[in-house]
Amino acid sequence: MKLVNPANKRKYKILMVGTGLGGGAGAATLGELGYNVECFCYQDSARRAHSIAAQGGINAAKAYPNDGDSIRRLFYDTIKGGDFRAREADVWRLSQVSNNIIDQCVAQGVPFARDYAGYLVNRSFGGAQVSRTFYARGQTGQQLLIGAYQSLSRQVKAGKVKIHNRREMLDLVVVDGHAKGITCRNLITGEIESHWGDAVVLATGGYVNVFYLSTNAMGSSVTANWKAAKKGAFFANPCYTQIHPTCIPVTGDHQSKLTLMSESLRNDGRVWVPKKAGDKRPANEIPEDERDYYLETKYPSFGNLVPRDVASRNAKLQADAGKGVGASGYAVNLDFRDAIKRDGEKAIRERYGNLFQMYEKIVDEDAYKVPMRIYPAPHYCMGGLWVDYELQSNVPGLFVLGEANFSVHGANRLGASALMQGLSDGYFVIPYTIGPYLASTTPGAVTTDHDAFKESKAQVEANIEKLRNIKGNKTPFEFHRELGKIMWDNVGMARSEESLKKALTEIPKLREEFWQNLKCVGNDKEVNQQLENAGRVADFLEFAEVLAFDALNRKESCGGHFRVESQTEEGEALRDDENYAYVAAWEYKGEGKAPELHKEPLKFENIHLAQRSYK
Amino acid sequence: MSEKTMNLTLYVWRQANAKAPGKMERYEAKGISPDMSFLEMLDVTNEQLIKQGIEPIVFDHDCREGICGMCSQVINGVPHGPEELVTVCQLHMRRFNDGDTIFIEPWRSKAFPIEKDLMVDRGAFDRIMQAYGYTSITCGGAPDANDHPIPKWQLDRAMDAAECIGCGACVAACPNASGMLFTAAKVAHLNMLPQGKPEGARRVKAMIAAHDLEGFGNCTNHYECEAACPKGVKTAFISYLNKELIKALPKGAQD
Repeated sequence: MKLVNPANKRKYKILMVGTGLGGGAGAATLGELGYNVECFCYQDSARRAHSIAAQGGINAAKAYPNDGDSIRRLFYDTIKGGDFRAREADVWRLSQVSNNIIDQCVAQGVPFARDYAGYLVNRSFGGAQVSRTFYARGQTGQQLLIGAYQSLSRQVKAGKVKIHNRREMLDLVVVDGHAKGITCRNLITGEIESHWGDAVVLATGGYVNVFYLSTNAMGSSVTANWKAAKKGAFFANPCYTQIHPTCIPVTGDHQSKLTLMSESLRNDGRVWVPKKAGDKRPANEIPEDERDYYLETKYPSFGNLVPRDVASRNAKLQADAGKGVGASGYAVNLDFRDAIKRDGEKAIRERYGNLFQMYEKIVDEDAYKVPMRIYPAPHYCMGGLWVDYELQSNVPGLFVLGEANFSVHGANRLGASALMQGLSDGYFVIPYTIGPYLASTTPGAVTTDHDAFKESKAQVEANIEKLRNIKGNKTPFEFHRELGKIMWDNVGMARSEESLKKALTEIPKLREEFWQNLKCVGNDKEVNQQLENAGRVADFLEFAEVLAFDALNRKESCGGHFRVESQTEEGEALRDDENYAYVAAWEYKGEGKAPELHKEPLKFENIHLAQRSYK
Repeated sequence: MSEKTMNLTLYVWRQANAKAPGKMERYEAKGISPDMSFLEMLDVTNEQLIKQGIEPIVFDHDCREGICGMCSQVINGVPHGPEELVTVCQLHMRRFNDGDTIFIEPWRSKAFPIEKDLMVDRGAFDRIMQAYGYTSITCGGAPDANDHPIPKWQLDRAMDAAECIGCGACVAACPNASGMLFTAAKVAHLNMLPQGKPEGARRVKAMIAAHDLEGFGNCTNHYECEAACPKGVKTAFISYLNKELIKALPKGAQD
């Protein structure tokens, strides 16, 4: 691997888009190494990226509880959890650095939970039979992000990092096949800005807002990634979306987002539905022998801690069988009665206090007294821009970190692994892997004077004009909601050839209507949140088609991608390793044209492929 | 799920940009469900405004689960509204009654200039953090996480301070528009831990200096910040901050 010597590092400028765990940690670390970094985020401060909302915890193979954990076991659990659709090498590296992450965060002052003697404690998450999850109350993501943001702040003071907040990336600038900058909109002044860099790093998060209702932040979008895809970056495995089993159920059409209840709750909460379909008695009035603890019965060894895809699918099966609870029937109980009886309310409050409080604020019920009602909701995407082992996309000079890339979670991500990946990519991968690329380039060779920047800017401005001049009748929200319904009904938890083909005829129709009937009010040279939304919805309307296309192409079930045509007798996801043990990387071929599929075969040298079983 | 809906009268602060004069405008919010969050009520109102050809109300929001610290509205004179320990996004309309009149304003403070309508610039908080809101650890050199045991009581106190989400409600609530609770929370979080101790004296001085430079007022013990804080951060941390400052002052020469 080529290195850049310390004296030369200061000659290079790197653009980092996004300031979550991947971007914040990456920018801070690249700054520490001596590179000049410019950071971009759409929020008003780098500290508000959506990594902050992660609740439960972060995995590491520290094996402090002496329960037989090891790097090898974390590696195996992650590959198996991902239903054997991730690259072995990337996951091995992730498992190796997991321990360094915990050390680094503690040194920053991240207040992970500790015992009375002062040592770190762990809890369990889905898909693992060891306790390897570190946590800080129910706010682990917040504490880790603030840690990264503190490091970033230190580099801002040192003059190595400059942060541009309230900027949204609207195009990637490619010069002679290399990523050399971005075009973005200043969300306060509306000005379209060009920024050059010797390399561009995207840490722009996930795209599950394509379902409209999800646990993502309102501003989370596919825009930055999709713009990069339109400039040649391959989009890998877009159909791998994660539907999280423990979210607060939908209450009405007005709903703007769904709230996650951390998976950690499944350590102590027991999931159940009434044994009799249509039993509408209040939960506490249903006697023990009329309750079906279906996860514990069906999966005795993992019980309530089966992986997310399995838990979600089983909740849907119960609701479809008429056993769902709550007014809508689309919910199952998550009951803490037995845990409170066993450990006392105080202990439960200490572990999950803020989650119970959040539940009470939203639902107006006390979960210490009555079971929570939960239902699956879109939460995370395992798919993302294709990257190699160095986290470089197929466009040289374009690197992708965290949820924005596709690399380690295969077809399903295990709980407490997203934080691990974001920080791994940011603190321990990109600082080394960007070097060889930079060493092969001349610093500052291309700046914003280049014609490519002017072309990109003109294109972005033209697109904004186009959005503003449609002057139709429907708002961006209305289109987004409609798209979400198409996606949830046809490309959601259960996908069939029929439903996917239906989505593929409905999405282009809706897109056509969007470009004829959008109502986008307000000026473009000032704060205009309608314009921001319109642009994001326009990109979702293009990207959704690629997602459905990928789902149609993959005629197997694996992890979060469940094709009803491909299941075991017991209704579990049935893989087809002979035909689909590959990464599907899609190349954009222009508007209205089918994307082209590139296959990267997955080779397993250390792990034997098996039907996943959590029984 | 409740079936009855409410009609409300809203008075909302409208201001085109930082330099333009602003004023309260009256709007009707119709068909509001008690299950909606306050921000969802504003979404619905905005959709109704757009259909009438009126520019929608601009407000900051993002995660909508009370942790990102983006939302920032003074509702009927109270930052984050009438319910304790929540941000605006977690305030639900069941707290209001049919026919209510609601006044909605931005954070008001010299250090947080208004960008548009209810949106303000909280860059001052970032700059306080940049002054010394960190430990000087460079990636790669950290010792094992269990090398410095931190007893639970001590960790819990630091964690109570670390709960701060940087929303700025403390400033909006303070008659002096002081950012002392925010500054104290960060100083306490780090100075209470062994990892933050070595730089404790330098930190407290640098962060207070940055706070004052941004034009925030001083703390004169009104406790309004603690009442408004959606995360329950206590003013006891301001006492701790003062104690740390007094300890740090004589060290001026060597620090």
